[in-house]
Amino acid sequence: MAGRGFRKLLTTTAAAALFSAPAMAADIEVIHWWTSGGEQAAVSVFADEFDALGGDSWIDGAIATGDAARSATLQRILGGDPPGAAQFNTGRQYEELIEGGLLLDLTELAESEGWRDFIRPSTILDACERDGRIYCVPVNIHSWQWGWASIPVFEQSGVDLPKNIDEFLAAAPQIQEAGFIPFAMGGQSWQHSGAFAVLMLNTLGRDKYEQLYRDKSVDVASSAEVRKVFESFRALKQFSDEGSANRTWNDTTNLVITDQAALQIMGDWARGEFAAAGEEAGVDYACIAGPSESPYLTTGGDVFLFPKQDDPDVEQAQLKLASMMVNPRVQALFNNAKGSLPVRDDVDLSLADSCMQAGLELLANPDTVVGDPNLWLTADTDGQIRDLFAEFWANEGLSVDDAQAQFASIIEAAE
Amino acid sequence: MTSSRKRFANLNAVIGASPMIAVAVGLYIFGIAYSIALSFTNSRLLPKFDSFAGLANYERLWSTPSWLVSVHNIWLFGLLVIGLNMALGFLMATFMDRRVRQEDTFRTIILYPYAMSLIVTGLVWQWMMDPGLGIQESLRNWGFEGAAFAPLASPDTAIFGVVIAGVWQGSGVTMAILLAGLRGVDEDIWKAARVDGIPIWRTYVFIALPMLRGALATAFVLQAVGVVRIYDLIIAITGGGPGIATEMPAKFVIDHITSRINVSLGMAGATMMLIPILVLVAINWYVDWRRKRAALQAIG
Repeated sequence: MAGRGFRKLLTTTAAAALFSAPAMAADIEVIHWWTSGGEQAAVSVFADEFDALGGDSWIDGAIATGDAARSATLQRILGGDPPGAAQFNTGRQYEELIEGGLLLDLTELAESEGWRDFIRPSTILDACERDGRIYCVPVNIHSWQWGWASIPVFEQSGVDLPKNIDEFLAAAPQIQEAGFIPFAMGGQSWQHSGAFAVLMLNTLGRDKYEQLYRDKSVDVASSAEVRKVFESFRALKQFSDEGSANRTWNDTTNLVITDQAALQIMGDWARGEFAAAGEEAGVDYACIAGPSESPYLTTGGDVFLFPKQDDPDVEQAQLKLASMMVNPRVQALFNNAKGSLPVRDDVDLSLADSCMQAGLELLANPDTVVGDPNLWLTADTDGQIRDLFAEFWANEGLSVDDAQAQFASIIEAAE
Repeated sequence: MTSSRKRFANLNAVIGASPMIAVAVGLYIFGIAYSIALSFTNSRLLPKFDSFAGLANYERLWSTPSWLVSVHNIWLFGLLVIGLNMALGFLMATFMDRRVRQEDTFRTIILYPYAMSLIVTGLVWQWMMDPGLGIQESLRNWGFEGAAFAPLASPDTAIFGVVIAGVWQGSGVTMAILLAGLRGVDEDIWKAARVDGIPIWRTYVFIALPMLRGALATAFVLQAVGVVRIYDLIIAITGGGPGIATEMPAKFVIDHITSRINVSLGMAGATMMLIPILVLVAINWYVDWRRKRAALQAIG
């Protein structure tokens, strides 16, 4: 009896599900690597807003770490089982997918909505364009050039907030004596190479930085200024703690949040962690642009691309998702949660805190905006540079001269 | 008559085995040939056979620090892990063989790590060896102020931290194989050894051990295969760090064919990994061939 009743129930439910579903509904599986607290808050904005549009649904495919998520996407596209949408960093990571004709062409949508007119700076849309066609949608602008400082730690050590890295290095011994970790650094190689590139930009300035990464100038790579960057990076090492190996970036940020460490150099996504922990900018923590008196901002970030599918329903849903991602309201909500800057300047930023305001100011001035190395380097070259800086950080047996020589040869061989 | 029936039986066997042969040739032989061919191209993400790159990938491979470190690491890791696993496995097997009380319990405990995924093993050991929350911190909190055990924090010692996890994981299964071998040794031999007054340890080392050749070879091959493809343990425990101190060839290859989008360089690495395996197989064939020839000569 009970069995028959149950089966009847099942059949009815199945039938109801079949007939009540709208004809156009599609599931869009979205692969991304936003897994920390602040990042989850941000990606939920996308998911909720997309589901609220009705019909189609967002299937969350979070994969920890960018490397793993991008690999999974590439392998699934090559294996013939592409996800509905996938996150990449603005740059060259997906150029062969475009060349291979594996991505959905978004040009019509982009032209009808006028992406060219409102997405700024134009470099981030250029990274999606190939032969006049658009293949991905930039969702945010991330900049690396931030020092995240714990105000209580600096106060208790009796040291003023540093304006640049040299000042910080001079004050670091005093912070160490006061019982704090002066410099918070984690163990992932992109953390090392990111912080390194920040020092590089502050030391070289915009023109030489672009010569180095865009024009692959070996002269700049072997210059005395780059040597100085290697030296400061090595100096920072002695002010980090023993637990640095293996630590993720958000655990490292947490050292600053919990007032165990004084300073971390990390991109603006760290702001999301401070916000998620209930910290207030200017009171509990400070964001030091640069960290330098004349700060620059690189405009890296994230894009979503949409692998080609056979199903027209899915394609429809993909276009809908792409359009939603640049919607001004969604842009404001998403970027507020994420800590990144919106890709358009006509969004409501009444919620933006002082750190985000500082970022927007830098972004508004074309002289302080610099391209992100990812725009110009392949994943392969970037990987070589990451290996080098990670090893230089960890292995004090690698001398400054040898490391710089290796750096120059990587730049020379870069495509 | 007999020979034609024999041929017929052979044909049946060939037909029966043909799916196996097709899979072996199609997947293994073709796959290996394809990988090797790719290593001589300029393929990045998609295979491109229109551009012959010669030995460029191999030149770059052997001048890439992370590859050189990984080759050094796999030898160090392999020798230490296989050596320690065999030694510890044999020791534990002999203790078990002395009919200790609660043998079943001990056997389960010792074999248990092998049942765990390398990712879990790696993460647990990573936490235990973390300077901030692991063994070192616990010891310091108990009052041993000078306690220092954080091998993963330094590039000089990190590989030994990985070895510890590898030994913890792998020695149990070696014990199980060798114990099975020991149980297969004839009881009469033990009796004879006891009558002759040979000490127990000498019986183990000089009489039982040589009789365990088959079990030892099995254990060795299992360990060696585990070492060559070591990847998940590294990912879980160090991610190749600090710096590039614990890179391994398999990780180098997978990194390059996936996130680094340089398939041809990855395939050059994979081809290099194939060489030691081919050498082992060749030695095996040669030994077999000599043994067969000797047997034939003995008959003839």
